[in-house]
Amino acid sequence: MNAARRMERQQRRTAWIFLLPLLLTLMAVAIWPLARSIFFSFTDAYLDAPSDYGFVGIENFVEVAEDPVFWGAVRNTLVFTLVSVGLETLLGLAIALLLHRAFLGRGIVRAAILIPWAMPMVVSARIWEWMLNDQFGLINKLLVALGLVEKGVAWTADPSLILGTVIFIDVWVTTPFMVLLILAGLQLIPEEIYEAADVSGVPQWKRFWSITLPLATPAIGVAILFRTLDALRMFDLSYVLAANNENTMTMSIYARDQLISFQDLGLGAAASTWVFMIIGLIAIVIVGLLRLDRATG
Amino acid sequence: MTVSAGTTRRYSNATYRTLRRVKTAGLYAGVAAVLVYMLFPYYWAIVSSTKTGQALYQFTLLPALDFSNYRQLFDNPVFMGALVNSGVVALVSTAVSLVIGILAAYALGRLHFPPGRIVLIAVLMISVFPQVVVLSGMFEVIGWLGLYNRPSALIVSYLILTLPFTTWILTSFIRDLPNELEEAALIDGCSRLRILTHVLLPLMGPAIASTGLLSFILAWNEFLFALTFILTDENRTVPVAIGLLTGSSRYEYPFGQIMAASVTVTLPLLVLVLIFQRKIVAGLTSGAVKG
Repeated sequence: MNAARRMERQQRRTAWIFLLPLLLTLMAVAIWPLARSIFFSFTDAYLDAPSDYGFVGIENFVEVAEDPVFWGAVRNTLVFTLVSVGLETLLGLAIALLLHRAFLGRGIVRAAILIPWAMPMVVSARIWEWMLNDQFGLINKLLVALGLVEKGVAWTADPSLILGTVIFIDVWVTTPFMVLLILAGLQLIPEEIYEAADVSGVPQWKRFWSITLPLATPAIGVAILFRTLDALRMFDLSYVLAANNENTMTMSIYARDQLISFQDLGLGAAASTWVFMIIGLIAIVIVGLLRLDRATG
Repeated sequence: MTVSAGTTRRYSNATYRTLRRVKTAGLYAGVAAVLVYMLFPYYWAIVSSTKTGQALYQFTLLPALDFSNYRQLFDNPVFMGALVNSGVVALVSTAVSLVIGILAAYALGRLHFPPGRIVLIAVLMISVFPQVVVLSGMFEVIGWLGLYNRPSALIVSYLILTLPFTTWILTSFIRDLPNELEEAALIDGCSRLRILTHVLLPLMGPAIASTGLLSFILAWNEFLFALTFILTDENRTVPVAIGLLTGSSRYEYPFGQIMAASVTVTLPLLVLVLIFQRKIVAGLTSGAVKG
């Protein structure tokens, strides 16, 4: 046996040792709990006595699928994700293009826009709840002063407005993340391409359309993927603003409700397995779309 | 701006200067608008937190500098306890994640290890798990460990958030370090662990700082597990304490108090973010853009 192969084998053994803590921990906090959740979804267990269960086949899955409240939550989550990620991508791209230019104090501005993102979501929800308060909120006072409305709008109480309000707050919170990722993508574009475009007199809009956008697409794509998966599991914002309001209930809130509020371990596990499958499917579709873009572009 | 459909128009120098000035003014106006949009709500929270009684409902842009909301907040043992809980939980889960993550990142980023790719993909997939999916299984694990309604339950469960994240980012950092130092040490007969602790670790300071900070923010801000695994007020973390804070009726919302609490929870994060902003941006984007 030659020395190189011996060394490679030794490296592999060392690698396993270094990875062991990671693998064991992830087993304990991720893989095993996931497996148990899926297991429970086929049982009639209750949270107060989880060891006392019988198998019920796919009954729980059927029950969740027949619950209109669940589909309402799915619809809310999808609308929220689509509109929120869409808006913050456009807004993020616009702000990133602006901050990509050289100006005095760019570093400070870049740090400052991180602030909404670094706050706990609960805090953002509370601050906006206060600003949007129907009687004393700043936004309503402004709107009344400008003569746009006659009296304060109940942004967080009106069933037809509340999902829009949730989306608005989420866009405010997560746009900084989008800006940073897109900015990083913009910085990877070599300056020479723009110089060449300058020399051959390519107009400004065309430069954006045929240089900036295509070259920033991989970064934007990754940012959209991350944000989409994050938005699909949204819990805290809706929960704090309107705990069990069916107009803003997300899939995660529905699943947790079954599990904790109604103590129905089997049904809650089935609901969360549904959530897992729905999000997995969407993730596969998005990854597929990104690949497609890369292959054709 | 000088070209339309292949024909070049030339402007006089004065026109150029005016155009440039207009553009610069536009740029700064745009930046100002972005700053107001991003920062005003937090500023308004600060302003509101220093007002009490009638002043709270007045539309004045300057803070009233009445700190009784803060005094009340700091006299409140439940809120102070929640601050301590949040700090301990976030610090410990970050420290554990960093140690495990650094070890793993060395194996994944530096050693010849073919299954490493699969491990990395698995780690990435775990980091996008919807938390609610592991909730019931995690509930059981917490029960077995006898940690239900204890802050340490959160330290265990937060590893699912912070560990994949630190592993992923540290792996991409460690890959970028130069190879030569390590080879020299290897020839001198250093063990792998010694190489990691004595050669690579000193170079990883900035990476560890930014990864640790991001992981701390993640743990400090978490809501779902903290809401579910903690039953009593004295064991809660601050986001949940603020989330559950309500007045005696819908119309008696203690907004001044809530704003003071919000400002207090966010302030340490903001100071850290502003100090480490460059490193945070590097940490946030390195995994995503290179990956």
